[in-house]
Amino acid sequence: MHNRIEEMIVKKNGFKSVSDYVTYVLREVVAMHETKEVPEPFTSSDIEQIKERLKALGYL
Amino acid sequence: MASVPHGGKLVQIELMKGDSRDKAKDLSEAIKVKISFETRIQIFNISNGILSPLNGFMGSEDCQNVIDNMRLANDTPWTIPVLLHVPEEFAAGNGDEITLVDESDTPVAQLVFEELYKINKREYAMKVFGTEEEAHPGVAKTYAASDRILAGKLKAVTKYENNAFENYTLVPKETRVLFKEKGWKDVIAFQTRNAPHIGHEYVQKTALAFADGIFINPVLGKKKAGDFKDDVILAAYQALVKNYYPKNSAVLSVLNYEMQYAGPKEAIMHAIMRKNFGCTHIAIGRDHAGVGNYYGPYAAHEIFKEFPDLGISAIFFREFFYCTKCSGIANEKICPHPESDRLTFSGTKLRKMFLSGEVPPKEFMRPEVSEVILNSKSAFVE
Repeated sequence: MHNRIEEMIVKKNGFKSVSDYVTYVLREVVAMHETKEVPEPFTSSDIEQIKERLKALGYL
Repeated sequence: MASVPHGGKLVQIELMKGDSRDKAKDLSEAIKVKISFETRIQIFNISNGILSPLNGFMGSEDCQNVIDNMRLANDTPWTIPVLLHVPEEFAAGNGDEITLVDESDTPVAQLVFEELYKINKREYAMKVFGTEEEAHPGVAKTYAASDRILAGKLKAVTKYENNAFENYTLVPKETRVLFKEKGWKDVIAFQTRNAPHIGHEYVQKTALAFADGIFINPVLGKKKAGDFKDDVILAAYQALVKNYYPKNSAVLSVLNYEMQYAGPKEAIMHAIMRKNFGCTHIAIGRDHAGVGNYYGPYAAHEIFKEFPDLGISAIFFREFFYCTKCSGIANEKICPHPESDRLTFSGTKLRKMFLSGEVPPKEFMRPEVSEVILNSKSAFVE
Protein backbone atom coordinates (compact mmCIF):
# COMPACT_ATOMS: atom_id res chain seq x y z
CA MET A 1 0.00 0.00 0.00
CA HIS A 2 2.80 2.36 0.96
CA ASN A 3 4.53 1.79 -2.39
CA ARG A 4 1.29 2.20 -4.30
CA ILE A 5 0.61 5.56 -2.65
CA GLU A 6 4.21 6.61 -3.17
CA GLU A 7 4.00 5.87 -6.91
CA MET A 8 0.73 7.73 -7.17
CA ILE A 9 1.91 10.87 -5.43
CA VAL A 10 5.06 10.96 -7.54
CA LYS A 11 2.88 10.88 -10.68
CA LYS A 12 0.29 13.34 -9.45
CA ASN A 13 2.68 15.66 -7.70
CA GLY A 14 0.06 16.88 -5.23
CA PHE A 15 1.40 15.61 -1.91
CA LYS A 16 4.86 15.87 -0.38
CA SER A 17 4.87 12.43 1.24
CA VAL A 18 2.84 9.30 1.90
CA SER A 19 2.24 10.59 5.37
CA ASP A 20 0.74 13.82 3.96
CA TYR A 21 -1.53 11.80 1.71
CA VAL A 22 -2.71 9.51 4.48
CA THR A 23 -3.34 12.49 6.79
CA TYR A 24 -5.42 14.12 4.07
CA VAL A 25 -7.57 11.05 3.52
CA LEU A 26 -8.02 10.45 7.23
CA ARG A 27 -9.07 14.04 7.81
CA GLU A 28 -11.73 13.61 5.18
CA VAL A 29 -13.01 10.39 6.75
CA VAL A 30 -12.95 11.71 10.31
CA ALA A 31 -14.77 14.89 9.26
CA MET A 32 -17.51 12.74 7.70
CA HIS A 33 -18.10 11.00 11.02
CA GLU A 34 -17.93 14.23 13.00
CA THR A 35 -20.74 15.82 11.01
CA LYS A 36 -23.29 13.23 12.06
CA GLU A 37 -25.85 13.74 14.81
CA VAL A 38 -24.58 16.82 16.55
CA PRO A 39 -27.53 18.45 18.35
CA GLU A 40 -28.17 22.18 18.00
CA PRO A 41 -26.90 24.00 21.09
CA PHE A 42 -30.17 25.54 22.28
CA THR A 43 -33.31 24.52 24.13
CA SER A 44 -36.91 24.77 22.97
CA SER A 45 -37.44 27.87 25.12
CA ASP A 46 -34.36 29.46 23.50
CA ILE A 47 -35.94 28.73 20.15
CA GLU A 48 -39.18 30.52 21.06
CA GLN A 49 -37.23 33.60 22.22
CA ILE A 50 -35.16 33.58 19.07
CA LYS A 51 -38.27 33.33 16.91
CA GLU A 52 -39.79 36.31 18.69
CA ARG A 53 -36.73 38.44 17.92
CA LEU A 54 -36.62 37.23 14.33
CA LYS A 55 -40.29 38.13 13.91
CA ALA A 56 -39.79 41.54 15.51
CA LEU A 57 -36.95 42.27 13.10
CA GLY A 58 -38.95 41.10 10.09
CA TYR A 59 -36.87 38.02 9.33
CA LEU A 60 -39.82 35.69 9.96
CA MET B 1 -29.52 20.16 7.94
CA ALA B 2 -27.43 23.15 8.96
CA SER B 3 -23.66 22.76 9.10
CA VAL B 4 -22.30 21.34 12.33
CA PRO B 5 -20.53 24.15 14.19
CA HIS B 6 -16.80 24.26 13.54
CA GLY B 7 -14.97 22.02 15.99
CA GLY B 8 -18.29 20.35 16.90
CA LYS B 9 -19.70 22.86 19.35
CA LEU B 10 -21.28 26.29 19.07
CA VAL B 11 -19.59 28.35 21.77
CA GLN B 12 -21.85 30.56 23.89
CA ILE B 13 -20.25 32.72 26.59
CA GLU B 14 -22.65 33.90 29.28
CA LEU B 15 -23.51 37.54 29.90
CA MET B 16 -22.08 39.25 33.00
CA LYS B 17 -24.71 39.68 35.65
CA GLY B 18 -25.65 43.16 36.84
CA ASP B 19 -25.16 46.50 35.23
CA SER B 20 -21.73 46.89 33.64
CA ARG B 21 -21.43 50.49 34.91
CA ASP B 22 -21.84 49.32 38.50
CA LYS B 23 -19.20 46.72 37.83
CA ALA B 24 -16.85 49.38 36.56
CA LYS B 25 -16.97 51.07 39.97
CA ASP B 26 -15.71 47.88 41.61
CA LEU B 27 -12.75 47.48 39.32
CA SER B 28 -10.17 49.68 40.97
CA GLU B 29 -8.37 46.61 42.35
CA ALA B 30 -8.94 44.33 39.36
CA ILE B 31 -6.32 43.50 36.74
CA LYS B 32 -7.50 45.41 33.72
CA VAL B 33 -6.63 45.50 30.07
CA LYS B 34 -7.88 48.28 27.85
CA ILE B 35 -9.00 46.96 24.49
CA SER B 36 -9.72 48.53 21.13
CA PHE B 37 -13.13 48.69 19.48
CA GLU B 38 -11.99 45.99 17.05
CA THR B 39 -11.11 43.65 19.92
CA ARG B 40 -14.50 44.40 21.45
CA ILE B 41 -16.08 43.19 18.22
CA GLN B 42 -13.92 40.07 18.30
CA ILE B 43 -15.17 39.36 21.82
CA PHE B 44 -18.75 39.70 20.59
CA ASN B 45 -17.97 37.23 17.80
CA ILE B 46 -16.27 34.73 20.11
CA SER B 47 -19.01 34.94 22.74
CA ASN B 48 -21.75 34.28 20.18
CA GLY B 49 -20.04 31.32 18.56
CA ILE B 50 -19.13 33.02 15.29
CA LEU B 51 -15.53 31.97 15.92
CA SER B 52 -16.36 28.53 17.38
CA PRO B 53 -14.63 26.50 18.67
CA LEU B 54 -12.61 29.38 20.16
CA ASN B 55 -13.80 30.34 23.61
CA GLY B 56 -11.16 33.00 24.19
CA PHE B 57 -7.87 34.30 22.87
CA MET B 58 -5.32 31.83 21.56
CA GLY B 59 -2.38 30.45 23.46
CA SER B 60 1.08 29.96 21.99
CA GLU B 61 0.54 26.34 20.93
CA ASP B 62 -2.56 27.15 18.90
CA CYS B 63 -1.01 30.33 17.53
CA GLN B 64 2.15 28.61 16.32
CA ASN B 65 0.24 25.69 14.86
CA VAL B 66 -2.08 28.06 13.00
CA ILE B 67 0.74 30.05 11.43
CA ASP B 68 2.79 26.93 10.62
CA ASN B 69 0.09 24.43 9.63
CA MET B 70 -3.17 26.37 9.25
CA ARG B 71 -4.72 24.30 12.04
CA LEU B 72 -5.36 24.61 15.75
CA ALA B 73 -3.25 22.39 17.96
CA ASN B 74 -6.09 19.80 17.94
CA ASP B 75 -5.97 19.68 14.09
CA THR B 76 -9.13 21.76 13.52
CA PRO B 77 -8.70 23.92 10.39
CA TRP B 78 -7.89 27.54 11.26
CA THR B 79 -5.82 29.96 9.24
CA ILE B 80 -5.47 33.28 11.10
CA PRO B 81 -4.65 33.50 14.83
CA VAL B 82 -7.07 35.32 17.13
CA LEU B 83 -4.81 37.16 19.55
CA LEU B 84 -5.09 39.64 22.38
CA HIS B 85 -2.11 42.01 22.23
CA VAL B 86 -1.24 43.60 25.58
CA PRO B 87 1.31 46.27 26.54
CA GLU B 88 4.88 45.21 27.29
CA GLU B 89 4.51 46.01 30.98
CA PHE B 90 1.31 43.98 31.48
CA ALA B 91 1.66 41.29 34.12
CA ALA B 92 -0.68 38.53 35.33
CA GLY B 93 -0.36 34.93 36.42
CA ASN B 94 -2.17 31.65 36.92
CA GLY B 95 -5.54 31.93 38.59
CA ASP B 96 -5.94 35.61 37.73
CA GLU B 97 -9.17 36.91 36.31
CA ILE B 98 -8.62 39.85 34.05
CA THR B 99 -11.23 42.44 33.18
CA LEU B 100 -11.15 43.67 29.63
CA VAL B 101 -12.40 47.25 29.46
CA ASP B 102 -13.23 49.53 26.56
CA GLU B 103 -11.83 53.01 25.99
CA SER B 104 -14.22 54.52 28.56
CA ASP B 105 -13.15 51.95 31.16
CA THR B 106 -16.44 50.05 30.94
CA PRO B 107 -16.04 46.28 31.35
CA VAL B 108 -16.49 44.23 28.24
CA ALA B 109 -15.46 40.78 29.43
CA GLN B 110 -13.82 38.71 32.12
CA LEU B 111 -10.94 36.59 30.97
CA VAL B 112 -9.36 33.71 32.86
CA PHE B 113 -5.58 33.90 32.51
CA GLU B 114 -3.88 31.05 30.69
CA GLU B 115 -0.61 32.35 29.31
CA LEU B 116 1.50 35.36 28.42
CA TYR B 117 3.83 34.95 25.47
CA LYS B 118 5.53 36.77 22.61
CA ILE B 119 5.17 36.46 18.88
CA ASN B 120 7.76 37.14 16.22
CA LYS B 121 5.95 39.78 14.20
CA ARG B 122 8.00 39.32 11.02
CA GLU B 123 7.44 35.56 11.07
CA TYR B 124 3.75 36.16 11.75
CA ALA B 125 3.47 38.62 8.85
CA MET B 126 5.26 36.33 6.41
CA LYS B 127 3.33 33.21 7.33
CA VAL B 128 -0.13 34.76 7.68
CA PHE B 129 -0.05 37.45 4.98
CA GLY B 130 2.67 36.03 2.75
CA THR B 131 4.65 39.29 2.90
CA GLU B 132 6.66 41.42 5.30
CA GLU B 133 5.84 44.64 3.45
CA GLU B 134 4.30 47.31 5.59
CA ALA B 135 2.24 48.51 2.63
CA HIS B 136 -0.01 45.50 3.30
CA PRO B 137 -2.66 46.72 5.78
CA GLY B 138 -2.65 43.47 7.77
CA VAL B 139 1.13 43.56 8.08
CA ALA B 140 1.10 47.23 9.08
CA LYS B 141 -1.41 46.44 11.81
CA THR B 142 0.71 43.53 13.03
CA TYR B 143 3.84 45.69 13.22
CA ALA B 144 1.97 48.46 15.04
CA ALA B 145 0.68 46.08 17.72
CA SER B 146 2.55 44.87 20.78
CA ASP B 147 4.30 41.51 20.40
CA ARG B 148 3.17 40.48 23.91
CA ILE B 149 0.11 38.26 23.82
CA LEU B 150 -2.35 37.39 26.57
CA ALA B 151 -4.15 34.07 26.20
CA GLY B 152 -7.20 33.03 28.15
CA LYS B 153 -10.79 31.84 28.13
CA LEU B 154 -13.64 34.31 28.23
CA LYS B 155 -15.64 33.70 31.39
CA ALA B 156 -18.38 36.27 30.87
CA VAL B 157 -19.08 39.23 28.60
CA THR B 158 -21.24 42.35 28.71
CA LYS B 159 -23.91 43.03 26.13
CA TYR B 160 -22.58 44.76 23.04
CA GLU B 161 -24.13 48.22 23.49
CA ASN B 162 -24.33 50.91 20.84
CA ASN B 163 -24.27 48.50 17.94
CA ALA B 164 -25.41 50.86 15.21
CA PHE B 165 -26.63 47.90 13.17
CA GLU B 166 -28.18 45.84 15.95
CA ASN B 167 -31.39 45.21 14.03
CA TYR B 168 -29.40 43.68 11.21
CA THR B 169 -26.97 41.72 13.36
CA LEU B 170 -27.91 38.08 13.71
CA VAL B 171 -25.82 35.58 15.64
CA PRO B 172 -25.38 31.89 14.77
CA LYS B 173 -28.03 30.54 17.11
CA GLU B 174 -30.51 32.92 15.45
CA THR B 175 -29.55 32.14 11.87
CA ARG B 176 -29.67 28.43 12.63
CA VAL B 177 -33.26 28.76 13.85
CA LEU B 178 -34.09 31.09 10.96
CA PHE B 179 -32.81 28.72 8.27
CA LYS B 180 -34.71 25.86 9.84
CA GLU B 181 -37.92 27.88 10.04
CA LYS B 182 -37.54 28.79 6.40
CA GLY B 183 -37.06 25.16 5.51
CA TRP B 184 -33.63 25.81 4.03
CA LYS B 185 -31.23 22.87 3.95
CA ASP B 186 -28.60 24.05 1.51
CA VAL B 187 -27.64 27.59 2.42
CA ILE B 188 -25.07 29.59 0.45
CA ALA B 189 -23.09 32.23 2.28
CA PHE B 190 -22.03 35.34 0.43
CA GLN B 191 -19.26 37.40 1.99
CA THR B 192 -18.92 40.97 0.83
CA ARG B 193 -17.39 44.31 1.79
CA ASN B 194 -18.80 46.25 -1.14
CA ALA B 195 -22.05 47.67 -2.39
CA PRO B 196 -23.38 45.16 -4.94
CA HIS B 197 -22.79 45.59 -8.65
CA ILE B 198 -24.25 43.29 -11.27
CA GLY B 199 -21.22 40.95 -11.10
CA HIS B 200 -21.87 40.31 -7.40
CA GLU B 201 -25.54 39.71 -8.10
CA TYR B 202 -24.71 37.12 -10.74
CA VAL B 203 -22.42 35.24 -8.38
CA GLN B 204 -25.15 35.23 -5.74
CA LYS B 205 -27.92 34.18 -8.08
CA THR B 206 -25.90 31.52 -9.84
CA ALA B 207 -25.10 30.01 -6.44
CA LEU B 208 -28.69 30.42 -5.29
CA ALA B 209 -29.92 28.43 -8.28
CA PHE B 210 -28.45 25.34 -6.62
CA ALA B 211 -29.49 26.06 -3.04
CA ASP B 212 -32.54 26.74 -0.91
CA GLY B 213 -31.45 30.17 0.21
CA ILE B 214 -28.62 32.66 0.31
CA PHE B 215 -27.20 34.30 3.42
CA ILE B 216 -25.86 37.70 2.34
CA ASN B 217 -23.49 38.69 5.10
CA PRO B 218 -21.70 42.00 4.44
CA VAL B 219 -18.72 42.75 6.64
CA LEU B 220 -19.10 45.98 8.56
CA GLY B 221 -16.27 47.47 10.55
CA LYS B 222 -12.86 49.06 10.08
CA LYS B 223 -11.90 49.11 6.42
CA LYS B 224 -9.37 50.82 4.24
CA ALA B 225 -9.71 54.19 2.55
CA GLY B 226 -11.80 54.03 -0.59
CA ASP B 227 -14.03 51.18 0.63
CA PHE B 228 -17.77 51.77 0.83
CA LYS B 229 -19.05 52.97 4.21
CA ASP B 230 -21.01 50.51 6.30
CA ASP B 231 -24.41 52.20 6.14
CA VAL B 232 -24.10 52.53 2.37
CA ILE B 233 -23.32 48.83 1.93
CA LEU B 234 -26.29 47.82 4.04
CA ALA B 235 -28.73 50.21 2.34
CA ALA B 236 -27.48 49.16 -1.10
CA TYR B 237 -28.07 45.48 -0.31
CA GLN B 238 -31.50 46.25 1.11
CA ALA B 239 -32.39 47.88 -2.21
CA LEU B 240 -31.06 44.91 -4.17
CA VAL B 241 -32.82 42.24 -2.11
CA LYS B 242 -36.10 44.16 -2.05
CA ASN B 243 -36.21 44.69 -5.80
CA TYR B 244 -34.42 41.72 -7.33
CA TYR B 245 -34.71 38.65 -5.12
CA PRO B 246 -37.66 36.26 -4.90
CA LYS B 247 -39.38 36.46 -1.55
CA ASN B 248 -37.96 34.07 1.02
CA SER B 249 -34.80 33.35 -0.95
CA ALA B 250 -32.32 35.69 0.79
CA VAL B 251 -31.43 36.65 4.33
CA LEU B 252 -29.46 39.87 4.75
CA SER B 253 -27.58 40.26 8.00
CA VAL B 254 -24.32 42.03 8.78
CA LEU B 255 -21.11 40.70 10.27
CA ASN B 256 -19.13 43.03 12.52
CA TYR B 257 -15.58 42.09 11.71
CA GLU B 258 -12.33 43.80 10.87
CA MET B 259 -11.03 42.78 7.47
CA GLN B 260 -7.44 41.54 7.57
CA TYR B 261 -6.88 41.37 3.80
CA ALA B 262 -5.13 38.02 4.17
CA GLY B 263 -6.48 36.74 0.83
CA PRO B 264 -6.74 32.93 0.68
CA LYS B 265 -6.20 32.43 4.41
CA GLU B 266 -8.93 34.88 5.18
CA ALA B 267 -11.23 33.11 2.73
CA ILE B 268 -10.95 30.02 4.93
CA MET B 269 -11.79 32.10 8.02
CA HIS B 270 -14.78 33.58 6.19
CA ALA B 271 -15.95 30.06 5.43
CA ILE B 272 -15.51 28.93 9.04
CA MET B 273 -17.54 31.85 10.37
CA ARG B 274 -20.37 31.19 7.90
CA LYS B 275 -20.29 27.48 8.76
CA ASN B 276 -20.95 28.52 12.35
CA PHE B 277 -23.93 30.56 11.14
CA GLY B 278 -25.29 27.30 9.72
CA CYS B 279 -24.37 27.74 6.06
CA THR B 280 -23.53 24.64 4.06
CA HIS B 281 -21.75 26.43 1.19
CA ILE B 282 -19.85 29.62 0.56
CA ALA B 283 -19.38 31.48 -2.72
CA ILE B 284 -15.78 32.39 -3.43
CA GLY B 285 -15.08 34.77 -6.29
CA ARG B 286 -12.04 36.52 -7.69
CA ASP B 287 -9.38 37.90 -5.33
CA HIS B 288 -11.38 37.05 -2.23
CA ALA B 289 -10.24 39.16 0.75
CA GLY B 290 -7.25 40.36 -1.24
CA VAL B 291 -5.55 43.71 -1.37
CA GLY B 292 -3.24 45.18 -4.01
CA ASN B 293 -1.40 42.45 -5.91
CA TYR B 294 -0.37 40.38 -2.91
CA TYR B 295 -2.38 37.30 -3.90
CA GLY B 296 -3.17 35.60 -7.18
CA PRO B 297 -6.69 36.33 -8.42
CA TYR B 298 -7.79 32.76 -7.73
CA ALA B 299 -5.49 31.87 -4.83
CA ALA B 300 -8.54 31.67 -2.59
CA HIS B 301 -9.91 28.89 -4.83
CA GLU B 302 -6.76 26.81 -4.53
CA ILE B 303 -6.45 26.91 -0.75
CA PHE B 304 -9.73 25.09 -0.16
CA LYS B 305 -8.14 21.94 -1.63
CA GLU B 306 -6.00 21.72 1.49
CA PHE B 307 -9.00 21.32 3.79
CA PRO B 308 -10.98 18.15 3.12
CA ASP B 309 -12.35 18.46 6.67
CA LEU B 310 -13.49 22.07 6.56
CA GLY B 311 -17.17 21.11 6.84
CA ILE B 312 -18.46 23.78 4.47
CA SER B 313 -18.24 23.52 0.69
CA ALA B 314 -16.88 26.32 -1.41
CA ILE B 315 -18.44 27.17 -4.76
CA PHE B 316 -15.93 28.91 -6.97
CA PHE B 317 -16.68 31.62 -9.47
CA ARG B 318 -14.63 33.23 -12.18
CA GLU B 319 -15.12 36.94 -12.63
CA PHE B 320 -18.33 38.02 -14.32
CA PHE B 321 -18.40 40.80 -16.93
CA TYR B 322 -20.83 42.29 -19.41
CA CYS B 323 -20.18 41.03 -22.94
CA THR B 324 -21.39 43.33 -25.69
CA LYS B 325 -21.41 40.44 -28.20
CA CYS B 326 -23.36 38.10 -25.90
CA SER B 327 -25.52 41.08 -24.87
CA GLY B 328 -25.48 39.86 -21.31
CA ILE B 329 -23.52 38.91 -18.25
CA ALA B 330 -20.97 36.16 -18.75
CA ASN B 331 -17.63 34.92 -17.54
CA GLU B 332 -14.64 33.42 -19.29
CA LYS B 333 -16.03 29.88 -18.88
CA ILE B 334 -19.10 30.63 -20.96
CA CYS B 335 -18.12 33.51 -23.24
CA PRO B 336 -15.84 33.03 -26.28
CA HIS B 337 -15.40 36.73 -27.10
CA PRO B 338 -12.20 38.73 -26.69
CA GLU B 339 -11.53 41.19 -23.91
CA SER B 340 -12.31 44.11 -26.22
CA ASP B 341 -15.96 43.02 -26.13
CA ARG B 342 -16.07 42.85 -22.36
CA LEU B 343 -16.97 45.50 -19.80
CA THR B 344 -15.54 44.53 -16.43
CA PHE B 345 -17.11 45.52 -13.14
CA SER B 346 -14.24 47.59 -11.87
CA GLY B 347 -14.67 48.90 -8.34
CA THR B 348 -12.25 51.73 -9.12
CA LYS B 349 -14.26 52.74 -12.18
CA LEU B 350 -17.52 52.67 -10.21
CA ARG B 351 -15.99 54.73 -7.41
CA LYS B 352 -14.84 57.38 -9.90
CA MET B 353 -18.32 57.53 -11.41
CA PHE B 354 -19.97 57.98 -8.03
CA LEU B 355 -17.49 60.60 -6.91
CA SER B 356 -18.28 62.64 -10.00
CA GLY B 357 -22.03 62.19 -9.44
CA GLU B 358 -22.43 60.00 -12.49
CA VAL B 359 -25.01 57.18 -12.57
CA PRO B 360 -23.38 53.90 -13.67
CA PRO B 361 -25.04 52.16 -16.60
CA LYS B 362 -27.65 49.59 -15.61
CA GLU B 363 -25.43 46.86 -17.06
CA PHE B 364 -23.03 47.69 -14.20
CA MET B 365 -25.31 48.35 -11.28
CA ARG B 366 -29.03 48.23 -10.57
CA PRO B 367 -30.53 51.74 -10.68
CA GLU B 368 -32.02 51.30 -7.19
CA VAL B 369 -28.57 50.46 -5.80
CA SER B 370 -26.91 53.38 -7.61
CA GLU B 371 -29.59 55.70 -6.24
CA VAL B 372 -28.81 54.66 -2.66
CA ILE B 373 -25.12 55.37 -3.18
CA LEU B 374 -25.61 58.67 -4.97
CA ASN B 375 -28.06 59.85 -2.32
CA SER B 376 -25.64 59.22 0.52
CA LYS B 377 -23.63 62.25 1.66
CA SER B 378 -20.32 60.48 1.50
CA ALA B 379 -20.28 56.89 0.31
CA PHE B 380 -16.61 56.04 0.82
CA VAL B 381 -14.20 55.65 3.71
CA GLU B 382 -11.67 58.49 3.69
